[in-house]
Amino acid sequence: MRSKRPGEGLTIESTDDPHPLARNRVRATSPFQGEVTSPIGKTRMFEIFGIPSQALFGQLLIGLINGSFYALLSLGLAVIFGMLNIINFTHGAQYMMGAFVAYFLLQWAGINYWAALVIAPILVGFTGIIVERLFLQWLYKLDHLYGLLLTFGLALVIEGVFRNYFGSSGLPYRIPDALQGGQNLGFMFLPNYRAWVVVFSLAVCLATWFVIERTRLGAYLRAATENPTLVRAFGINVPRMITLTYGFGVALAALAGVMAAPIYNVSPQMGSHLIIVVFAVVVIGGMGSIMGAIVTGFGLGLIEGLTKVFFPEASNTVIFIIMAIVLIIRPAGLFGRRV
Amino acid sequence: MTIASPAAVAAKPTRSWSETIAFAVMVGFFLIAPLFIYPLFLMKALCFALFACAFNLLIGYVGLLSFGHALYFGWASYVCAYTAKAWGLTPELAILLGAATAAVLGLVAGSIAIRRQGIYFAMITLALAQMMFFFAVQAPFTGGEDGIQAVPRGYLFGVIDLVNPMNMYFTVLAIFLGCFLLIYRIIHSPFGEVLKAIRENETRAISLGYKTDRYKLVAFVLSATFAGVAGATKAIVFQLASLTDVDWPMSGEVVLMTLVGGLGTVFGPVIGAFIVISMQNYLAQIGQWVLVVQGTVFVICVMLFRRGIIGEIAHALRIKL
Repeated sequence: MRSKRPGEGLTIESTDDPHPLARNRVRATSPFQGEVTSPIGKTRMFEIFGIPSQALFGQLLIGLINGSFYALLSLGLAVIFGMLNIINFTHGAQYMMGAFVAYFLLQWAGINYWAALVIAPILVGFTGIIVERLFLQWLYKLDHLYGLLLTFGLALVIEGVFRNYFGSSGLPYRIPDALQGGQNLGFMFLPNYRAWVVVFSLAVCLATWFVIERTRLGAYLRAATENPTLVRAFGINVPRMITLTYGFGVALAALAGVMAAPIYNVSPQMGSHLIIVVFAVVVIGGMGSIMGAIVTGFGLGLIEGLTKVFFPEASNTVIFIIMAIVLIIRPAGLFGRRV
Repeated sequence: MTIASPAAVAAKPTRSWSETIAFAVMVGFFLIAPLFIYPLFLMKALCFALFACAFNLLIGYVGLLSFGHALYFGWASYVCAYTAKAWGLTPELAILLGAATAAVLGLVAGSIAIRRQGIYFAMITLALAQMMFFFAVQAPFTGGEDGIQAVPRGYLFGVIDLVNPMNMYFTVLAIFLGCFLLIYRIIHSPFGEVLKAIRENETRAISLGYKTDRYKLVAFVLSATFAGVAGATKAIVFQLASLTDVDWPMSGEVVLMTLVGGLGTVFGPVIGAFIVISMQNYLAQIGQWVLVVQGTVFVICVMLFRRGIIGEIAHALRIKL
């Protein structure tokens, strides 16, 4: 066995926090987090490239989880960018809002996870629609950069307000009863909730892809992306479509937030560091293709997980390094068209 | 600049009285300001004013939004602080080394980032800056969370004692004014005219035979270098280099300063930096609300006055500032 830093990669719970400063923060160890009760004793141990299978598959699972969030968020960014020509810097804050809404619903209204999975995206998506009507709609004719600056400002406001009321430490969110526990797969222990997150986000991503690429509604959307004036001439209400698209993209971010709530603590800055990584994912994938965003998101999550096993020092930076390499070799991104 | 211009650009030098007067007012203000304003505050504001001017060189005159300028600011301050403390370099050498580091980083990051335009450029610079932030967290010489503390201010040129606040202030002022004039000169040179042409219509500039990528890269390196000078100077003034200066909110702050003052104006970034720094100073006691106030100012600027303060004044009076 390779010598590692204490606690690194030995248990499934060890390094799943995507925040770079996590190791400097006092980790709130709530009783709700203990979804894995020392599974190591139960499963067979074997080694791959000198790495215990537990550590390897555990990190790969964490990679897939992070990849699910990268995919959901970059998908939302790509959808919004396609219609609005705006990079939504508020995306991270909206992801955080999704997690907080789920938390409020549970704490204050007793509404459980399953309902929150539907209600939170709708509520947050609705705030997105308000933002679009109030601010963004006036910026389409201007330089792209103003959209970026405006959404950046909004992200600061939202994060500031939440930090002011909820501090910087995380709030725990309980895993729903139906998904407690896990499966012993022999070579690793698979917590049910994590399996659910990977499967469900993949399903949401594929459904989004299907709607945009294979249905009439998606055809309208793609047509409006190419030539809004012409689509309007056919009697389709493009401004309303733009508003709803923004709402939908924001709802996707909030959905990711709800799913993240039981895994990571619900905290005001959970979105702001994630969004920068997601930007890098978007640059790597290129925003031209929906499937590209999904594949890149999951793929980079896996690569990040592998890096945590084999070269933990680089796990924070590996995605940025890949971004630089991709830009040198293929400036338009892996799936992108030249912009 | 040494880049050959294919077509003679020789734009007639538009020397405007308004700029000369504004410059005189600015210099006059800075000369007497330490009499009635706390010098440390002034020095901080001057460092950030230079930082914002460097940033403005890129967004205001080439139209490139770099969302990662904290990278050059912060790393220059680390290198400056380290060389001044560990190697015992004199402050001017430490600042020069810091600036050189920023230039090299700017060259590397710039040559990657200029491969994409517009929004992608902003995202790439942000991501690269975040990558270097993680290096700063992990690298042994930066001191991680503690940063590099108790950096000696030392003796300028081995003679002038910078522990004396007035000596320090006028050193910072000299650095600021020197760089300010240099940036002014760059903006108004034939090279600067090509930059503005790229900002207005890059395709046209290419068709006129300009290698726009090379111009953009040079502008990027220049901007990074000046940002580095600002960061290094700040490290000497505050005797500290920390993670705050390399983290992404710092990149956001410099955007805010430039936006408030006025993108593409000569004096805007200076005013913007003073406003944002005073805002932080006076609002320090309200804690997290600073973030909310900053965000609100962003939103107001983008929605209501995109020209910024100086830009609006210049527009109203129909003068150049």
